[in-house]
Amino acid sequence: MTDDHAEQRMTIVAWSGELDKVWPQLILATTAAAYGMTVTIFFTFWGLFALKRPEVKITGDNWMTKMLAAMNHDRLSHLNMGGAGPVMMKKLASDHKVALPQELLATAQELGVRFWPCSMTMDLLGLKAEDLIDGVGQPVGAATALAEMQKSTINLFI
Amino acid sequence: MAAIAQTLDVRGLGCPMPVVKTRLAIDKLEKGQVLEVIATDRGALVDIPAWAGATGHNVLEVRDEPDQLVFLVEN
Repeated sequence: MTDDHAEQRMTIVAWSGELDKVWPQLILATTAAAYGMTVTIFFTFWGLFALKRPEVKITGDNWMTKMLAAMNHDRLSHLNMGGAGPVMMKKLASDHKVALPQELLATAQELGVRFWPCSMTMDLLGLKAEDLIDGVGQPVGAATALAEMQKSTINLFI
Repeated sequence: MAAIAQTLDVRGLGCPMPVVKTRLAIDKLEKGQVLEVIATDRGALVDIPAWAGATGHNVLEVRDEPDQLVFLVEN
């Protein structure tokens, strides 16, 4: 097999944890991985919530943490519209056979997509490595993410 | 017609799953073996040949049947 994309890299900076952003993050990541590209997702700010274990609660010990936590009280369903948004999106997903984020996350991992949690966001939220789902890479900073982006032919900020 | 080494059923799954699961399945086959993919997502009609062309896989056959799409993809 001659894989034209074997040497190509794509990096996604996933900064939003909203469902309508998480979907394109994971759909594009899995598709690029299916093309044989080396794919990295740098999960930062609200994007990091996609990697948090569902049972882990962010208690917040300062105003910034509390604010971030309050803005994400309902993981992966921040598309609000009075609470109807997530329900509508999930119904839309099942009607149109779009995989749910959890399934796409697992598929991305199976395809070897690299998940890089932002170390600064982890500090900000008081999250430790064990608070994140299995298979996540070690926390990295902006410099590591930028070094990867420099090598990538496709860089997306979603 | 080429012998089918494995059949992948992705009926009922939407983008990007037909392409993604095709990739995962074909990686487990030997070079030259043929994967049969059965899908219902109309987007796959364009996406699977596009993916195959870009990754060096041959699409031997595409059948647009009344209730499903069938692809024969050679590793």
